[in-house]
Amino acid sequence: MSNAELIGQDPGWVIALKGVIIFAACVFLTIMSVWGERRIVARMQQRSGPNRVGKFGLLQALVDGVKLALKEDLIPKTADRIVFVLAPIISTTACFMAFAVIPLTGEVNFFGHQTAMQLTDLSVGVLYVLAIASVGVYGIVLAGWSSGSTYPLLGGLRSSAQVISYEVAMGLSLVAVFIYSGSMSTSEIVAAQDRWWYAVILFPSFIIYAISMVGETNRAPFDLAEAEGELVGGFHTEYSSLKFALFFLSEYVNIIAVSALATTLFLGGYRALPGLGFTEQWLGGWFTLVWFFIKVLAFFFVFVWLRGTLPRLRYDQFMKFGWKVLIPFSLAWIMIVSILRVMSQRESSNFLVVAFIFSVALIYIGITSLTDRAKVKTAIASKVINSKEPDFPVPEIPNSRAEQLNG
Amino acid sequence: MINLALDIGTTAGPESVLFYFLAPLSILASIGMLLVKKAVHSALLLAWVMISLAIFYIAQDALFLGIVQIVVYTGAVMMLFLFILMLVGVDTSDSLDENIKGLRPIAITAAIGFGGLLTSLISRATFGRPTAVFIDANSAGNANGIAELLFTKYVFAFEVVSALLITAALGAMVLAHSQKSRSKFAQRDLSIARFRKGELKDAAGLPGPGVYALHNAVDVPALLPTGEAAPSSISAVLQARGDIIESSKFQLHAEEEEK
Repeated sequence: MSNAELIGQDPGWVIALKGVIIFAACVFLTIMSVWGERRIVARMQQRSGPNRVGKFGLLQALVDGVKLALKEDLIPKTADRIVFVLAPIISTTACFMAFAVIPLTGEVNFFGHQTAMQLTDLSVGVLYVLAIASVGVYGIVLAGWSSGSTYPLLGGLRSSAQVISYEVAMGLSLVAVFIYSGSMSTSEIVAAQDRWWYAVILFPSFIIYAISMVGETNRAPFDLAEAEGELVGGFHTEYSSLKFALFFLSEYVNIIAVSALATTLFLGGYRALPGLGFTEQWLGGWFTLVWFFIKVLAFFFVFVWLRGTLPRLRYDQFMKFGWKVLIPFSLAWIMIVSILRVMSQRESSNFLVVAFIFSVALIYIGITSLTDRAKVKTAIASKVINSKEPDFPVPEIPNSRAEQLNG
Repeated sequence: MINLALDIGTTAGPESVLFYFLAPLSILASIGMLLVKKAVHSALLLAWVMISLAIFYIAQDALFLGIVQIVVYTGAVMMLFLFILMLVGVDTSDSLDENIKGLRPIAITAAIGFGGLLTSLISRATFGRPTAVFIDANSAGNANGIAELLFTKYVFAFEVVSALLITAALGAMVLAHSQKSRSKFAQRDLSIARFRKGELKDAAGLPGPGVYALHNAVDVPALLPTGEAAPSSISAVLQARGDIIESSKFQLHAEEEEK
């Protein structure tokens, strides 16, 4: 039986209990991931990180949460009070809702009832996640506007522009998955990956999704909305106490949510790693939950890794990257994927497929070699500031990036 | 999938609860949208009306329409509205003064016309009679049904609308575009160009302004090791305005040192 049919038979108490469990799991995972992030970043920077409260500092995030809640709750005089309170609520609600369509396990025995750990299975489940994400942006925008001061407004504008632009790239990267799986339902996409993960067949889509999910969640190196050097704290500058805690919570829940979606769409969801399929039956199917969380936490580790490694991008570079690189590239890739898909459905000869791929590669090489824009720009810039060869020996100016890096 | 519409023409338990809960809320929100003073509040209430409409669509088994309503209207269109409201700074309440002559009669005429249009449409609603249902349309799945209609029966209309939208988007871009007098150079290009310049003196960037510990501000040129002022440490704008304080004031003079 498919997940959709299984879930359709759920009685009310199962649905309610599943909702509570998924919510609790999200909150727990968030608290643990705050601790995890601090420990991992500390490790990368050769520090110890939080290690005082509880074993390995495991309770640090909990204690920090209590501290945050007990702080004084300030609402600035110039703030728009209603919207100021509403913004963190919208932000937090939206990020939790995305989990409703993520399949956490295959078929399991849930207190004597055969079901799957997925709250609901919509035929347009992935679009639902995108819709919820776009509602979540309201939280950020309204927080920025309602604070009634300049830095939050700038941060709010930046981050909404950022989320909207990267949502386009994200949506386009999902199209290839829809074309291949023939469905927009999360459980059917997982089922369609029983032989090959889409991260393998649709590797470019996976890369585009992975980049745009970092952009979407406002995380380093794309955390321009809260660039502390430029905007103090960005949209949440004026927030304190529990309202700030809600933004903090929603940021981490968002990270887990996009990671869970990436796992579902590209890494085979709750399915085991290739060759370990027999583990899916362990513990009456509950072992698939372990596989799911291993994959999600792997994504989370990459998020932390990126934060520990990369410096923040400049805003114009970031926007240029989104609109001029990611989106055109995704569009071209969707064209290629759909042509290949039609070819395989019509059972075209292998020769034709190879010839098509070869010609695409040829066109790509042709275009890139004709337009090496970086070189042209540098040449013009040096012409403008009129160049004269210095009359003393200087080291040769390297032309390519690789040469510069290797010295 | 949640199938809330059990019988044609009648509303089942959960759906009627949903309806009687959401419908008053959305009507209140739409009235409030007209009455509130702040533009952003009005936009927010409109967003809420859109979301509750989307929920109604979903409850009526038009799943795709509901989700797309949120993505497109709430997520994109309303967000652009908010964006512009925030950028322009329309956070003060609207003034009720009549700036353009004869605006009021025009507005009243338009309102009556639009109201008539709406009334005639709503009066065609069917109460208690079975209407065209989604069950047939949804037989091959909601999204599939829409896709099939869009790409077969209505493909021409669909393409025409998309051409219209693309033209509108291009038009907006052309109207908003301003020709730059010269191409803009990024940090990287400027840095490379500085090194390519004959003198390597300024390759590291210009000196910062201010005289340390005495008047550390942007309107005072820094002092060179020789003791003279460095004009390149001051912004060209300040120089043009003449908003510069002489840095010689802050110099330690030879006589003072002797004392």
